[in-house]
Amino acid sequence: MLSLLSSLVAALLLVNLVALGTSRISTVVRAVASQGVLLGALAVAAQGRLNATVVALALASIVLKGWLIPIILFRALRQMAIKREVEPSLGLLPSLLLGALATVLAVAAGNRLPLAETRLAPLLIPASLATVACGFILITARRKAISQVLGYLVLENGIFIFGLLLVEAMPFLVEVGVLLDLFVGIFVLSIIIHHINREFSSLDTRRLSLLKE
Amino acid sequence: MSISSGEPWQSAALLLLVGAGCLLAISGVPGLLLSWRSIWGSRIATALVVAGSLLGLAGGSLAVGGHGGAVIGFPSPMPGFRAGLGADALSGFFSLPVFLVGGLGALYGASYWRPRSHPRNGRRLRLCYGLLLASLTFITLARDGMAFLVAWEVMALTNFLLVTTDDEDPAVGRAGWLYLLYSHVTILCLFALFLLERQLSGDFALGVIPAAAPQSLRTAIFVLALVAFGIKAGAMPLHSWLPAAHASAPSHVSALMSGVVIKMGIYGLVRMCGLLASPPLAWGITLLAMGSLSAFFGVVFALGQHDLKRLLAYHSIENIGIILLGLGLALVGRSAGRPDWVMLGLAGCLLHVWNHALFKSLLFFGAGSVAHATGTRDLERTGGLARRMPATAGLFLLGSIAICGLPPLNGFVSELFVYLGLVRAAVTPGSAWAALPAPVLAATGALAVACFVKVFGITFLGTARSSAARDAHESPPLMLAPMAVLAVVCAVLGVAPGLAAPALERAAAAWAGQPPGGLSLAGLAPLSWISTTAAALLAAAALATAAVLPACRRGRRRAPALPTWDCGYAAASPRLQYTASSFAQLITSHFAWVLRPKVHAPRIEQLFPAPSHFDSHAEDLVLDSLLLPASRGATQVSARMRALPQGQLQRYILYILAVLVPLLIWAMAGESAGR
Repeated sequence: MLSLLSSLVAALLLVNLVALGTSRISTVVRAVASQGVLLGALAVAAQGRLNATVVALALASIVLKGWLIPIILFRALRQMAIKREVEPSLGLLPSLLLGALATVLAVAAGNRLPLAETRLAPLLIPASLATVACGFILITARRKAISQVLGYLVLENGIFIFGLLLVEAMPFLVEVGVLLDLFVGIFVLSIIIHHINREFSSLDTRRLSLLKE
Repeated sequence: MSISSGEPWQSAALLLLVGAGCLLAISGVPGLLLSWRSIWGSRIATALVVAGSLLGLAGGSLAVGGHGGAVIGFPSPMPGFRAGLGADALSGFFSLPVFLVGGLGALYGASYWRPRSHPRNGRRLRLCYGLLLASLTFITLARDGMAFLVAWEVMALTNFLLVTTDDEDPAVGRAGWLYLLYSHVTILCLFALFLLERQLSGDFALGVIPAAAPQSLRTAIFVLALVAFGIKAGAMPLHSWLPAAHASAPSHVSALMSGVVIKMGIYGLVRMCGLLASPPLAWGITLLAMGSLSAFFGVVFALGQHDLKRLLAYHSIENIGIILLGLGLALVGRSAGRPDWVMLGLAGCLLHVWNHALFKSLLFFGAGSVAHATGTRDLERTGGLARRMPATAGLFLLGSIAICGLPPLNGFVSELFVYLGLVRAAVTPGSAWAALPAPVLAATGALAVACFVKVFGITFLGTARSSAARDAHESPPLMLAPMAVLAVVCAVLGVAPGLAAPALERAAAAWAGQPPGGLSLAGLAPLSWISTTAAALLAAAALATAAVLPACRRGRRRAPALPTWDCGYAAASPRLQYTASSFAQLITSHFAWVLRPKVHAPRIEQLFPAPSHFDSHAEDLVLDSLLLPASRGATQVSARMRALPQGQLQRYILYILAVLVPLLIWAMAGESAGR
């Protein structure tokens, strides 16, 4: 079981790097979608048994993150005729290297955190920190608003992994809250994207700096 | 709700004081329901304030007369603490001037700020005036930090509205904002102070902070109290708000501010110092140093002014300095275990609080009458007013003698107490440094005499320097009567300081935490000698006046009305007289290093020079040389910071990361080090 878990985590980290290193937005969306599916599998694998909470959590993650949100994002891509390139402000290779560095640091730092859980923590904590860091890099190093949505999704995934550690202690409601929060976030951001597009006929957030003061 | 009390009349005193506070708080409300043209709003407000003040005077006298004190506890609207109000000798002592000056000020204000001539702001003035008096009452009664803070904030805000009564004048607006800024600093310090106090004593109630508490926290409490209450009192490095605010407010409000409101700073300081058990010697010495600084430089700055009310405001700073000297001496006495120093120092401090409230209100009322009659506060545009306003001139003269600390009036008595205490401390082996403030106090007194010679001479003697001063008229009786009452009380306290002695003894004993009746003031200070000398001096003055006055009258009737002999100069004009600046220049020239006068003098280079003008203006050193440059620097630095936000979401998130990641690393490093 632990080997399954570790290969899932490895896949997750790889997907992070794929999202950072690719130049096509549709690939990033697919990467994020596959990360959602992986998360669902991870939720089941981490618990090691099937009860109602875990199954609901896994299903919600797979359906929402692996299917619904990607569909919305693909529709946004189509309808608003967003160009297919990600337009990085940092460069693909540097962000990839930065992501790898963040992953290494996360592995180094994760084991030093004082946590009660000992069985899963050595695997999940570094994965969680690395995913959060990659999400941050995606948010800060890309120009298009839609990449920021994707970065936000990756960030949320990192938090979700962290939540898996506490799934027994944490009430189910809180997990649902996390998903709901995510859903609302996407909703709001799609509206923002829509409006930026209408206003500036572009999704470049650099245009937003016109709004300062 | 529960009342606990040592003696039955203490509860009565407390209830009277609370009732007075409530009556004062609503005094301006009926006026709001009436039209601004109605004279009745003003009349009802005045009547309510006077009634509340009489009630309060009764309650305050009862509180001053008793031992111990009553406390009402009642559940407060906010959860987690009980509000408490209480009256002891100290509360009574500080609330009496509130009611005396407040009541007389309302009477004075009814004529000074008539509804007809000030239609726009009269109702606001009366409402805030009543609320201010009520908040002052409740500050003296508050027995827990929350009640104190609420009353304090009401005081600060109503006082701001009163300072900016005449807010069409931009200078008044500036003075108001400066005042508000300083008030905010005060209230911030007070929040920190009461939170610290709660940490040490367990609740917000104002209880004794034991000597066992950590010394650093006790020092922090003292420093916070010193800054917060020092700002309110206008002690020297923290005084910059005071002159402008006092000059801008209507005169009866200035009288209240100078006489009573700034004393709440002293009250807070006295109260907090009393709660801190076994103070270190350094605290007392700090207060002595601050007091010396305020007293001396207060009067030096006063000499440089030619706005009558600004000048009086700087004299408030000087008198606060004298009060702080007394308090510092008492604190030193407590550290050194010398009850006689405590008694003399605190008696000087508290009696000077009363005295300053009396004579400074008298002087501000007088200044208000002058401003009312001539329409200006500028000394250089007055002159010769004694002839047109003899009653005002006489009362102002009495106030001037009192503030200079000359016998036979009250200012002398309290300053004498401080002197006696300082000398006692100085002759004790090991504390010779206590001799240092005494000459400062003496120099202050001398300069104050010079300053009031200037004020009285320029304003009331000589001939009129402007047409406004020439057409001045005497004030109505309702403005003179409050001044007369204050002058009488000044004289009574000067002749019979023994009347205040029991109250002072009780307050000093309660403050130092000793059983009452240990030391008598009469044993430490020559009270009977003061009374005899003062009575003799007053009698001599009265006799001399009675002898000379008829001769003067006869002489005036007989003499022809001619101009003064002008040494043969043909075109003598009032401009040949000494001006306020030229009179003071003799002294201020020695203090140019601190006054930094801005002088615009003409350069006369040829014969028959063209008409020119000269003016000099003394700025406030702390405000203009320290605070304004500092705030300009801060604005420049923050202007550079404005380049940081670029309007890019990515950057903002990067900033968040730049803070969070080091914090995370720091927390983890601390965690692993702790393991």
